[in-house]
Amino acid sequence: MPAIELTNPAALPADWRDLFALTKPRVMYLVVFTGLCGLLAAPAMPPFVLGFTAILCIALGAGACGALNQWYEADIDAKMRRTAKRPLPAGRIDRQSALHFGVGLGVFSVLLMGLATNWLAAALLAASILFYVLIYTVWLKPRTAQNIVIGGAAGAFPPLIGWVATTGHFAPLPLLLFAIIFLWTPPHFWALSLFVRSDYAAAGIPMLPVVAGIENTRRQIFLYSLPMAAAAVAPWPLGLTGMAYGVSASVLSGVFIVLAARVLANRSTDPAQMAPEKKLFAYSVFYLFALFAVLVADRWLGA
Amino acid sequence: MKLEDEVVRRQRERARIMAWLLGGFVVLIFFITIAKTRMNW
Repeated sequence: MPAIELTNPAALPADWRDLFALTKPRVMYLVVFTGLCGLLAAPAMPPFVLGFTAILCIALGAGACGALNQWYEADIDAKMRRTAKRPLPAGRIDRQSALHFGVGLGVFSVLLMGLATNWLAAALLAASILFYVLIYTVWLKPRTAQNIVIGGAAGAFPPLIGWVATTGHFAPLPLLLFAIIFLWTPPHFWALSLFVRSDYAAAGIPMLPVVAGIENTRRQIFLYSLPMAAAAVAPWPLGLTGMAYGVSASVLSGVFIVLAARVLANRSTDPAQMAPEKKLFAYSVFYLFALFAVLVADRWLGA
Repeated sequence: MKLEDEVVRRQRERARIMAWLLGGFVVLIFFITIAKTRMNW
């Protein structure tokens, strides 16, 4: 056979590294961690292998969301600097392979969750995948500035799934964990979207800073951080956690509000001058990790 | 690099990873079955 020079990478079988990148592994850490905390905070511990499988299924479900999101948004990703090097816009993988990979991963994760734990957890996992892909990615994200507010529910499912995988039923604490992530998502994403808003504007995505302006977004960040802090502290006065969690959640949330107030006070429209926004974005990731870690520690120490 | 060499390299690499994943899946199903059986004892 004559030698053919490699000119079209998408015509080749996808490299496994590109398939892995489709799952957005960096986003997966937070999803897996919050799911694990939901599982560990539950009153009963499942056998190790079932707990491990539940977390694996949450990770695979999150991977399916990432792959289907990138499949649907390949043309939008190509317009943004932050995402232009992803496997689909860079042409290293074809769209059909990404679709098959995402759907296969999603179906597999739901079936395995149902077989290993219970079908309520599997139904929640299926609902979270469908919510993220259909409600957030396809419907809300390209249409409304409130995309993150409602779409945040998709990322709030993991602790609920982790809890239900262990116990088989709902309870007030995992519903509060759901509420915390739901209310945390808007200030987290809006802080990011403030300093990358030119990217979103170029891609035609109606993120809040693009549609409603920078000042309005800063005000919304601060306003959302208040109910988020209330939800974060709530498990303590409700008697669902001990004082260690209550004090830690109060301090962590207090710092969040102070950083959100600094964002509110910032008047700059230049991304280079948006240090308060960058600081809040970085802290918001730490905040969620720390809050959930303290919750598990409190539940285990108080047990 | 020749196109056919790259195709073969990628196919081999993916086949190797798929074999490991399937092996891991079989082991996982085995332990899930054991754990679920014990829960019903």
